Amino acid sequence: MGVGGFFTSKLDEAIGWARKYSIFQYPFVTACCGMEYMATACSHYDIDRFGAGLPRFSPRQADVLFVVGTISHKMAPVLKRIYDQMTEPKWVVAFGVCTCTGGFYDNYATVMGIDTIIPVDVYIPGCPPRPESVIDGLMKLQDKITAQVQRY
Amino acid sequence: MPILDELRRRFGDAIVETEDHRGELTAVVTRGALLGVLAHCRDDAALAFDVLMDLTAVDYQKFPGREDGPRFDVVYHLYSIARNHRLRLKVRVDEDDASVPSALALWPIANWLEREVWDMFGVRFEGHPDLRRLLLYEEFVGHPLRKDYPINRRQPLIGPAS
Repeated sequence: MGVGGFFTSKLDEAIGWARKYSIFQYPFVTACCGMEYMATACSHYDIDRFGAGLPRFSPRQADVLFVVGTISHKMAPVLKRIYDQMTEPKWVVAFGVCTCTGGFYDNYATVMGIDTIIPVDVYIPGCPPRPESVIDGLMKLQDKITAQVQRY
Repeated sequence: MPILDELRRRFGDAIVETEDHRGELTAVVTRGALLGVLAHCRDDAALAFDVLMDLTAVDYQKFPGREDGPRFDVVYHLYSIARNHRLRLKVRVDEDDASVPSALALWPIANWLEREVWDMFGVRFEGHPDLRRLLLYEEFVGHPLRKDYPINRRQPLIGPAS
């Protein structure tokens, strides 16, 4: 590895470290999982420890899209548009089984997993997931952000 | 019960069937007499049904005993705030001729309720000014709460049909 490669990889690490502790989430809350999301976001679980304490309610200012709750076919184009509006770098978390696979819904209305529409980085299963699972998913996302080769 | 007796006395043959199940009153009405019965229920001082609590439908296709009969029941749930009593009215309609007169002139809430029944069951409401789908999107084909709609058919707006 040359001197340039050394500096680039160190810079990657530094940026990855900074990014994993400044997760601005956009909560796309549509259903009952939202209650568990709120529980996680409140003071008891203190997700400020992971730098994810500040939700931004504008996709243009957010890094991570939290898709929380059942997505119907009627809602799907809206979700896609929100995802397209987010600026790079961006990550997506599927929160709860409905967003992962469609969950127990098998009918005319429900999208069978949001990964049929947009790419997903972390899946958090559960109906709804406990705050501990959410924090576990958040830490997995942090690992992914750190390990990722940064595009700059 | 006095309410059902009163309806039978006043409307005669237009009341097809009545049932009093532990104080829950149901009357089956012919389609032709429906608006008259509804208007009477609302305006009569002794009945005073001022609220249309719900308007829905039931698909009786493949229902034991109803295989050959009229396919749909359109159901009106009425409630009187002043008298604190309730009444359920039903109209039976065939699949080929699935339409009933709109109750929009009697209760404005019927507007969205009738649009929902049209959306889910495909029952038309004659005289409704704007009978569009209420919950599903315009591109949707068919009526998903009909018993012959395949349970796992997908009609996605975007993404693959899984």
